[in-house]
Amino acid sequence: MNLPFMPVVLWSDALLFLLLGVVLVFVRQVRRHEHLRAPWRQVGRSRLGMASVVVLACYGAIGLLDSLHFRPQLPAEPGQPVQYAAEVSSLFDVLAGPLRGQAEQTYSAPFATRLFVKKSLHLPDGRVTRDYPRLQYGGAHLSSEAERGPDIAVRALWGALSGLGVAAVLWVMAVLWVARRAGLDRARAWSRLWREPAFGGGRSALVTLSVLLVLGGILLHWAGHYHVLGTDKVGQDVLYLALKSIRTGLLIGTLTTLIMLPLALFLGVAAGYFGGRADDVIQYLYTTLNSIPGVLLIAAAVLVAQVYIETNPDLYDTAAARSDLRLVFLCGILGVTSWTGLARLLRGEALKLREQDYIQAARAFGVSRLRILGRHILPNVSHLVLISVVIDFSALVLAEAVLSYVGVGVDPVMASWGNMINGARMELAREPVVWWQLTAAFLFMFTLVLAANLFADGVREAFDPRSGVRA
Amino acid sequence: MTGLRLKDLRVVIDGRDGPQVPVDGVSLEVGARECVTLLGESGCGKSLTALALMRLLPEGLRIASGEAWLADTNLFALPEKAMRSIRGGRMAMIFQEPMVSLNPVMSIGEQIVESLHVHRGLRGGRAGDEVGRLLLAVGLEPAMAASYPFQLSGGQRQRALIATMLAGEPEVLVADEPTTALDVTVQAQILRLLRRLQHERGMGLLLITHDIDVARDMADRVMVMYAGQMVEWAERERLFERARHPYTRTLLRVLPSARRRGEILEHLAGNVPSLGTGHTGCRFAERCPDAVDRCRAEAPPVHAVGDGHWVRCHLALEPQSARRDTVSAGGRLEPALRIGAPLLEVNDLAVHFPIRRGVFKRTLGWVKAVDGVCLHLAQAETLALVGESGCGKSTLAKAILRLLEPSRGSVRLDGQEITTLRGEALRKRRSQMQIIFQDPYSSLNPRMRVGEILEEGLLSLRPDLDRTARVSRVGALLERVGLERGAARRYPHAFSGGQRQRIAIARALAVGPRLLLCDEPTSALDVSVQAQIINMLKALQDQEGLAYLFITHNLPVVGYLAHRIMVMYRGRIVEEGTTEALFASPLHPYTRLLLDSAPGHGLRAEAITRGDGRVAETGCPYAHRCPMTEARCRSERPILRAVGADRLVACHLVGGD
Repeated sequence: MNLPFMPVVLWSDALLFLLLGVVLVFVRQVRRHEHLRAPWRQVGRSRLGMASVVVLACYGAIGLLDSLHFRPQLPAEPGQPVQYAAEVSSLFDVLAGPLRGQAEQTYSAPFATRLFVKKSLHLPDGRVTRDYPRLQYGGAHLSSEAERGPDIAVRALWGALSGLGVAAVLWVMAVLWVARRAGLDRARAWSRLWREPAFGGGRSALVTLSVLLVLGGILLHWAGHYHVLGTDKVGQDVLYLALKSIRTGLLIGTLTTLIMLPLALFLGVAAGYFGGRADDVIQYLYTTLNSIPGVLLIAAAVLVAQVYIETNPDLYDTAAARSDLRLVFLCGILGVTSWTGLARLLRGEALKLREQDYIQAARAFGVSRLRILGRHILPNVSHLVLISVVIDFSALVLAEAVLSYVGVGVDPVMASWGNMINGARMELAREPVVWWQLTAAFLFMFTLVLAANLFADGVREAFDPRSGVRA
Repeated sequence: MTGLRLKDLRVVIDGRDGPQVPVDGVSLEVGARECVTLLGESGCGKSLTALALMRLLPEGLRIASGEAWLADTNLFALPEKAMRSIRGGRMAMIFQEPMVSLNPVMSIGEQIVESLHVHRGLRGGRAGDEVGRLLLAVGLEPAMAASYPFQLSGGQRQRALIATMLAGEPEVLVADEPTTALDVTVQAQILRLLRRLQHERGMGLLLITHDIDVARDMADRVMVMYAGQMVEWAERERLFERARHPYTRTLLRVLPSARRRGEILEHLAGNVPSLGTGHTGCRFAERCPDAVDRCRAEAPPVHAVGDGHWVRCHLALEPQSARRDTVSAGGRLEPALRIGAPLLEVNDLAVHFPIRRGVFKRTLGWVKAVDGVCLHLAQAETLALVGESGCGKSTLAKAILRLLEPSRGSVRLDGQEITTLRGEALRKRRSQMQIIFQDPYSSLNPRMRVGEILEEGLLSLRPDLDRTARVSRVGALLERVGLERGAARRYPHAFSGGQRQRIAIARALAVGPRLLLCDEPTSALDVSVQAQIINMLKALQDQEGLAYLFITHNLPVVGYLAHRIMVMYRGRIVEEGTTEALFASPLHPYTRLLLDSAPGHGLRAEAITRGDGRVAETGCPYAHRCPMTEARCRSERPILRAVGADRLVACHLVGGD
């Protein structure tokens, strides 16, 4: 087989696909069980919930595209063995090609046509002046800088129109779908989709998607010709960095859960159900873990992991694999330190469930302990697990930023919001201020965390038995 | 005009699918010194009526129409601020669960003072005196003003709550199931207290209850509610002797009692219609034994059938003789199997829980939940275990099943000792005895289908059966307890309380047990449904010779169902005998207290009980409550000894043969 590239599966990719598989199995399980489907249907009806699902799905899609890694083939002389590039790229890198390639010399403001710092310029007549040089790529197509404003506006208009066009196609498809399912003519289907409260969730999802499409269209038309969010110290496009950081943020939020969940589930439920010595041991364990300041523990563990990585270079073959290894270690460490909260919650719930009559009845049948845990206790704590996982997600994304800022987070060469903020830290003191790096990281992180929190609210509302009373 | 008048109350829930009307056109009046009882099964709108009167409806519900007059005050027209001074002042309400109605971080005295201050402007020393007076009035020591709710027993808490409600000197007291969470003995005390206070203070009392016997004891007038409507409204004697509505008439006949032994109890098929059911005709028509076509087509108006007697029924005005009389209860059922060979023998069984304290969990003492109980039970026999809550009944059942490890003693099933069995041998024996729990809502796993619930025991105890055999067995079980086979594919929440209890019984029957331990199997059910379950249990026993250990505090059910009764007090058996003998002549003072406390006999004279005190370490454990103690009772523990044939009693005061 002679592919023009060599697929690379990094550790975090493998774990991400594993997680994806788990989620798919879960979805299948939910579709088959009525009592599991009902609360999700309620999430589907909630308008804020669906809007945030769309936003999260966009983030997820970018993160997934960014997780399909490969090493492109290098152009080789005939007869030579095939060589692959040392640098690992992702599908997303290919799609965002222009953004990635168009690096300037150093800082430039959003939409700028000139650098942010003065350089010595050699004029054609041999004189040397100090001035802001024109950018290599940003606004390079303009014949005169005065055209910048109108050009941006025109491109925005085209972008918006193309976005609206795609959105319109989606709306038409939605109307046709409703018409076919309910057996209505199109006008009636349209008014139903537009007015009926039962379609509130779908409607708000479509509206959100349309807004995102329009924004995306505008960005697409700008991005090839301008640095929409400026460039950083080494001239990389900030928009590209912010988009690349999505994968890091998502991985920290989800992989940590994957590592933390089995620990929390097993230890929490076992402590509550078995009681006695098992309970004592597990309680001492998490009380001890909780009494060590979290950041210190994580910092120590990350430093140890770093030394381990440095001294074992045979663990990785590329720079990407190296920083990826550090990311996986970080997820593991966060997972090991963050299971205590959920475990404590589950312990309490299992203590309560243990005395329920149906568990007594199962014991009277001589059902084995593991089966009781699996069939009776686990399904009855699943709503708690789901709620706390969704809520923890945003906390973990924020934690990554904090840790990277402190310097014990992901690898410094890896794109992440925390690293972006860390990089912007020094520049905030200069005059005029370099504000765009911080703003970009903040904007992307804020959108993700807000969407995750709104989604978590929707999930909690649907799954928490106590919130149902008011409905 | 004094007292409370309510006219045409309608309470509406504005839901997504249009409004629902849980209370639809209820009118009543409560005069001074009068006790009016609202009687009905759960979900009939009794509590909502009371909450609407207090204007305390939960969010989402509103009073759509109606008028409420307290003397000359129109309650529904008052601004909220004025209403606040009426609540707890001129009109007060007590709830079912006193622990949640009292503030746990304030002493009883402080809570009464608060009410005195708000409603009567009393403060300082005068308020303190008044607190003492109120506590005395409800039968508590004035010194208890300093105690906190958690330090009091259930009955004391309910008394304290009543005292806080009396602080505002209400004209009308609304009591929503005030004794449902209490033991019969305490219930009798609280009911007596309410009646005494009502007469002393000239208060009107609106008593909400589902217990027909409580209504019989307390009411001057009774209103029967069904599905949000008043169906019958009459003076007590008239209602209990000459009820005209078929629902009331059936309610009065579904109750089990010792007199009905051997009869099949009449029961109402089905359940109270759920909220949101569209009604075209009479709401009771579905379940009515007398329903005619007109009942299903046309909603009946309220007819006056006599002096102060109203009935919502098309047939109310027809002469009684013309109606089909349904009194002929379903006939008698002769048991196919006689009481047979001994099945279960329990000897000197004890369950002691250690009290542990400190870092090293040192054992400081023992709670003797069950302390040396002997019992025997034969095939096709029902043995009832009776006693107040906390006396160790359920612990005993769980120890017999080995859900709890007994501290000492032996349990023999079919002659084989099971307290020493381990692992596989124990599992095999488990199929012989099963348990049915009190609360059908917590006894079924909400995340499993009914089919899976029923299969669970088979999977564990009958691994020889394959899938098809299990499925067909589950279907047969469902039919046996009167459910359709399709029920296996649904989840428990799709069923009503009575149906859930049937599922729980089917689950226990799945593995073919010979002994069923029934832990209050009907006390969470409505009376009309209770009759269905009791009939079913009885039929199962008659056909298959099941033995029941029936744990309950409901004496009429015991009288109807049990062959023998054991009375349990603080972990020990104090009296044992056949049902007839025990009901006819209770020997132990505690048994007498239990029998006299049962409602429905007009609240017999008080005198046989004294306040709670500390239990002495030596002597008779009942001595601190017994009205007839002698010196010997305090020094020497009475042992269970035979008094005549088939009769055992543990009391120094009962002479032997």
